[in-house]
Amino acid sequence: MEFIYYFGDVFTPMSFLLLLGGTIGGLILGATPGLSPTMAVALLIPFTFQLEAAQGLILLGAAYTSTVAGGAVSAILLKIPGAPANIATTLDGHTMAKKGEGARALQLSFLASAVGGIFGVLLLIFLTPVLAQWALAFGPSHLFWLAILGVTVIGTLDSASVVKGLLSGCIGLWLATIGFDDIMGAQRFIFHPALGGGINIIAALIGLFAIPQVLTMFAKGRHNTGAEVIEVQRHSIMAAFKELFSRTRALSIGTLTGSIIGLIPGVGGQIAGLVAYDQTKKFSSEKEKFGTGHSEGVIAAESANNAMVGPSLVPLLTLSIPGSPTAAVLLGGLLIHGIFPGSDLFDNHPDVAWTFINSMLIGQVLMCIFGLYVAGLAARVAQVPQSVMAAIVLALSVFGAYSVQGSMGDVYVMACLGIGMFFLERFGFSAAPLVLGLILGPIAEANFIQGGMIADATVGKASYFMTGGLNLFLIAVVLASIAYSVWMELRSRRYTTKEEAQA
Amino acid sequence: MNRSQHVFGSGLVFAVGLWVAWVSYTQQPAEAFLFPRLIATVFVVLAGWTFGKAVMGLSKVGNGVTRTMFVNMLPGLTITLIYVFWAAKTLGFYTATTIAFFTLLSIYDPAPHSEAKTWIKRGIITAVFVAVMYGLFAMLLNVYTPREILF
Repeated sequence: MEFIYYFGDVFTPMSFLLLLGGTIGGLILGATPGLSPTMAVALLIPFTFQLEAAQGLILLGAAYTSTVAGGAVSAILLKIPGAPANIATTLDGHTMAKKGEGARALQLSFLASAVGGIFGVLLLIFLTPVLAQWALAFGPSHLFWLAILGVTVIGTLDSASVVKGLLSGCIGLWLATIGFDDIMGAQRFIFHPALGGGINIIAALIGLFAIPQVLTMFAKGRHNTGAEVIEVQRHSIMAAFKELFSRTRALSIGTLTGSIIGLIPGVGGQIAGLVAYDQTKKFSSEKEKFGTGHSEGVIAAESANNAMVGPSLVPLLTLSIPGSPTAAVLLGGLLIHGIFPGSDLFDNHPDVAWTFINSMLIGQVLMCIFGLYVAGLAARVAQVPQSVMAAIVLALSVFGAYSVQGSMGDVYVMACLGIGMFFLERFGFSAAPLVLGLILGPIAEANFIQGGMIADATVGKASYFMTGGLNLFLIAVVLASIAYSVWMELRSRRYTTKEEAQA
Repeated sequence: MNRSQHVFGSGLVFAVGLWVAWVSYTQQPAEAFLFPRLIATVFVVLAGWTFGKAVMGLSKVGNGVTRTMFVNMLPGLTITLIYVFWAAKTLGFYTATTIAFFTLLSIYDPAPHSEAKTWIKRGIITAVFVAVMYGLFAMLLNVYTPREILF
């Protein structure tokens, strides 16, 4: 119950102001199609440099939580999901809005998000310290395999092609080795002076997540969103409360599904929303109403995608393994303040850890309150032409990358990685495993070297890295994640081939 | 998607993989390249596999870049490259941002170019945006950016 002691820290004027700003700003950014939660958090990192670690994380955490919920606004009022996590919300939410029930859909969506989100954060609160203590037993070989596991799980589950996902992870691991070697001081892969200090993670994150979006917006040409905002009629909030709690089946299926999926590294909010929607439909006595503007669809999808947020941070805060691209960006936010996740975070910086986690709990309530008020404004912002959005994101990326170290080299690296990633994505590669490789590369290498030294002095490398219960378990999970993804890929290809043949 | 695009894309990645492997296995001190060697080996195997599949026409994932997409994107990409690699440092961040922002708006804004109102609107949006950026970065965050011309 240590977290209770740090609740007061969330309510200091500066922290609360940041929480409020992050929540309202996140709701508006989340409603904007093309601005994903990961990109929003990456672009916010430069604004946290001058803040204390806890305050910086409060801002990033609030933005993460509320961008996921804010995406429901454009999903419901414009039929454009603000983020992939809101795809399932569109199915019934927009139909409700078209029937003149936009306010009801929004109220249910924010209330369900808050319930799911609070449950998810409570799971984070109670699971994290236990797992962090368990992680103390990990030696260099285990940490090496954990880092590899982080890359392979995201590489295989987050990509359409297993090989390309793993290759993206490899590219990320290689990029992490650029610069001077920590032990020997040798130069590695420095083919341009801008790479002398290695690749700065924050500049890379901005480039990898923001620039491909900018180029995608350019690629659409002189294009108008063409979506019209559906006017929101008044609806009693008490009626929405009553309806939410009368739909306990949808709410509990959504919340539990989201929480469980959140704990699995690499499986995002999009999957959480869709799986919860599908399961709720299966167990519902009103199956036929799904897709026609049924409130259970909105409740299940939104409670799931927000319930996923808290648990998705468990692997990050306990084992230093970011479970999602946004968690990887949050890890970047921690590292710039010299804080490493794991037991160190809870033993040496409990104020930072608990203030951040508590702020996410309070943020859920604020998100629910302000979500209902800013929904109309957020939907108008979502109509901003993509040309303006692209130009804004480009300029923010340049300024953001420069402000990391005051170096033009970081801006060049950001632009090159971003442009390269755009083309790689068009060839089926994915940014998430590349980012994980970049972030986990130094952790993997440090433990590989350290483990190698211990192994040379004791049992030899093969025995040290490949034997022992925990090592074998981690290797098995790495192999299982790859095997599962290969099997799924072959299965879906077989179905596609059959459909093609029938067509 | 065009098979040649897949071959080109995966060929480029394979070439990078070969270069990484060559550097990792030839540079000294060898101890500094132990981990890169491990990565490079997996990199080359996976990139070779991807390239082989592309050559045989078996690459299915990825839609590539269509001609329309490329034509639409080209002006924006060109301005981005000029802005990042030349203008920001040479003209100063705020001057370069003003020019790049206004140019991008003018090219991609779906509003008709023939109306004076459209141009005034674009000018106002640019001025407000650059003022906000100045307020945020120069005044609030105290980020000192290169300022060569004007501001």
